Amino acid sequence: MSNIKLKLKPNTKNNFITYAIMLALFLSVQVLDLTGSLSSLFKGLLVPICMYVILAVSLNLVVGILGELSLGHAGFMCVGAYVSAFFSVAFKEVITADWLRLIIAILMGGLSAAFVGLIIGIPVLRLKGDYLAIVTLAFGEIIKNLANIFYIGVDSKGIHVSTSSVDDLNLLPDGKAILKGSLGISGTPKDSNFILGFILVVITVVVCLNLINSRTGRAVMAIRDNRIAAESIGINVTKYKLLIFSISAFFAGIAGVLYSHNLSSLTATTKNFGYNMSIMILVLVVLGGIGSIRGSIISAVILTVLPESLRVLKDYRMLIYAIVLIVLMIANNNEKTQIIKDKLSIKNFIKNRKNAKMSIKEGD
Amino acid sequence: MALLEVKELGITFGGLKAVDNLNLSLEKGDLYGLIGPNGAGKTTAFNLLTGVYKPTNGSFVFDGVNLVGKKPADISKMGIARTFQNIRLFGNLSVIDNVKIGLHNQIKYSTFSGIFKLSNYFKKEKKFEEEALRLLKVFDIDKDADTLAKNLPYGKQRKLEIVRAMATNPKLLLLDEPAAGMNPNETIELMNTIRYIRENFDLTILLIEHDMKLVSGICEKLTVLNFGTVLAQGETSQVLNDPEVIKAYIGE
Ligand SMILES: Nc1ncnc2c1ncn2[C@@H]1O[C@H](COP(=O)(O)OP(=O)(O)OP(=O)(O)O)[C@@H](O)[C@H]1O
Ligand SMILES: [Mg+2]
Repeated sequence: MSNIKLKLKPNTKNNFITYAIMLALFLSVQVLDLTGSLSSLFKGLLVPICMYVILAVSLNLVVGILGELSLGHAGFMCVGAYVSAFFSVAFKEVITADWLRLIIAILMGGLSAAFVGLIIGIPVLRLKGDYLAIVTLAFGEIIKNLANIFYIGVDSKGIHVSTSSVDDLNLLPDGKAILKGSLGISGTPKDSNFILGFILVVITVVVCLNLINSRTGRAVMAIRDNRIAAESIGINVTKYKLLIFSISAFFAGIAGVLYSHNLSSLTATTKNFGYNMSIMILVLVVLGGIGSIRGSIISAVILTVLPESLRVLKDYRMLIYAIVLIVLMIANNNEKTQIIKDKLSIKNFIKNRKNAKMSIKEGD
Repeated sequence: MALLEVKELGITFGGLKAVDNLNLSLEKGDLYGLIGPNGAGKTTAFNLLTGVYKPTNGSFVFDGVNLVGKKPADISKMGIARTFQNIRLFGNLSVIDNVKIGLHNQIKYSTFSGIFKLSNYFKKEKKFEEEALRLLKVFDIDKDADTLAKNLPYGKQRKLEIVRAMATNPKLLLLDEPAAGMNPNETIELMNTIRYIRENFDLTILLIEHDMKLVSGICEKLTVLNFGTVLAQGETSQVLNDPEVIKAYIGE
């Protein structure tokens, strides 16, 4: 029995460290804020940091845990951003309790993205590797472009949709156009703030870590490690792939809610919802370590703060940023640094000592 | 009624008849050997029986149900488990997690209880832990429970594959060259374990093996395949003395 308890420990301990890091980051921001040492520039980064953490952690579910390369994450974020912003603008006067409207907006953003994830996942998840990556990339672009095409308005008669212009909506005098083609959605209530972002980060991380350490998570990792063996054991591969893809899209959608409620006007560009963004999120995942939730959190924080901290370098900023990124990637992927990391890790130190003792006992 | 009734089963790969007109009948409790030279079609027969390939001819009925066209996962749920000739473990997961994954359809709780750690999660996870350790003990690899599967020595990897298959609580266990790469001592130990699990887990076992010591030591009946077709079938001692069989083996 005592054996069993010992064995549950590594995971629990690992997760505990992750939560401790998150708490420490949160508290240091609060302390810096109270003492007035946060620049307005840095304050403006707090919500984006939370957003990138959620995006990286959720993409890591697909890339690290399911083992499939998806390059359409920004597309799901786009869905969450638009659906929630649309809802918030449409119901700004109807639901006056800000918190209630916000909670509904968050749920709608997440669920709509999860739904789109499911619909796209059904045809796409039959593909593997590079093919899957390219097709998800294409779907991401389609979503972004669709967001730029539609005009949607509401009046007392209901919802009006057009693809040509606001006038074409034929709204009654009491109506308003909410989504205006490439002009996007304006007048979204600015409900996002650091506390909300942090709460959403915590929810994302807790859900993802619990998922990974559950029966479902094991089944998904089994598919990743050996699909044929997983099937031979009775695991429904399609079901679990779709589940993870949708959960991942759900959180990307929530990151989108955070994004759209942090700006008063929302438009879809290559920079925010295009492949640039999807690749940026993938960079966060790869840099933090594929499959490592904690790594995703840390790399998302560092890579969001870094370009802003480099502003003093003016024109050389992005150049230095790129160089730092390359150095970090190489260092992280280097065998020697892995060995050093292993040596530094306490867990391994204890394990090695235990092994050494055992081999003396059992050695023959 | 036989537990497994294979009738005229066959598959063709672009003109090559990898398995042709295979007839096989396994009674409950049998310890049955499937042997034959390299490329005879033994592994292909396993792949047919587990739904990895769809047969081009024939059928097989397991426990009264025709399984032709069923998916591997459904066949597993029906009670057929297997190991692989080229080991297919979940390498990046611990030994005990490999077994827990084998228990996937034996112990269940919803994704929801897992995500929100409801009481069901703790109750069932405890069961997972106990059951997995119990199975690992049978094969004497419980001490390696926390090792990553890919870091296990070869012999133990083979054993772990059997444990994982056993975890699905099968009625029929298909072992593809379980002794490959094992030294003579390990092979003898394996023979004892195979006998032990057959008795204690109420199993029927069909195994592919090149090690004749193992085959003659534990198999009661044999089918010999050669170029996809059945060369001989029957009691082990009888089959192994069949001049045709001797010729096929020496003729290699
Ligand atoms: N998917 C496939 N596509 C084409 N040919 C195949 C396929 N699978 C097996 N074969 C062929 O079928 C024949 C039988 O192969 P199989 O792996 O079943 O042999 P085996 O009896 O298991 O041999 P060994 O003892 O070497 O494992 C071989 O000629 C092999 O090349
Ligand atoms: Mg074979």
